Amino acid sequence: MIGLNHYLIFSGILFGIGLFGALSKKNAIAILMGIEIMLTSVNINLVAFSRYVTPGILVGQVFAIFIIAVAAAEVAVGLALILSIYRERVSVNVEDFDWLKW
Amino acid sequence: MEIVFWIIAAVTLGAALLMVASKNIFHSSLFMVVTFLGVAAVFVSLYADFLAAVQVLVYAGAITIFMVFGIMLTVRGSMKQTNLFSKNVLAGGFVAIALVALNTVMVLKTKWPVSNAGPPENTISHIADLLLNKYVVPFEVTAILLLIALLGAIIIAKEVSKQS
Repeated sequence: MIGLNHYLIFSGILFGIGLFGALSKKNAIAILMGIEIMLTSVNINLVAFSRYVTPGILVGQVFAIFIIAVAAAEVAVGLALILSIYRERVSVNVEDFDWLKW
Repeated sequence: MEIVFWIIAAVTLGAALLMVASKNIFHSSLFMVVTFLGVAAVFVSLYADFLAAVQVLVYAGAITIFMVFGIMLTVRGSMKQTNLFSKNVLAGGFVAIALVALNTVMVLKTKWPVSNAGPPENTISHIADLLLNKYVVPFEVTAILLLIALLGAIIIAKEVSKQS
């Protein structure tokens, strides 16, 4: 019987993979991809709680819709920033982004 | 029913791992699509049909298009070796594994107040009722956030003249 725990552990592992991608990649676009995976795995958590803890009250799914909208806004602004930086540095490698170092 | 969950979970997690491990950023974005479709299948198995449709439209459609645009505008020449690990791969792997282990232990130790009621019959009308009555202010704020984010993205990505 698949229960709440299965979904929570599944989304936890997916979050871990996204976190690993966001922390350990050089390409800034790959880091954005990792962040998207993390946001998606949080949605699984919300929908699983909505299904198993409060069935019939769909507040968890409404929250998931808000998170999807915020993720879409985030990826648009993030890619615009990456393109703007690329125009100046001709690179998307985060190790080349060293304005704040001395 | 059980075997379906395990297949979906294996495909989703495998695609996510390949996305992180792939050395070619374009292959990474294709594996990201598989991951998003797997998550949509998980939503279907949780009786969230409307969210599954939104997931396919917004994540597997719009966000992937954004990513591919970003890749095409920034990568010059060969796509090989465009998505390498940085030097903090060991620290990142340790943090991720520690977080997954901690999360698993806490999930298994917690007593969740699980209800035995059946799945909702009709999700879309419930979601519409909640969005446009109880949560109408956050709904409008999200709409304004999307508008501002799109305007900001256009202004940031626009070519800036060198004189200013």
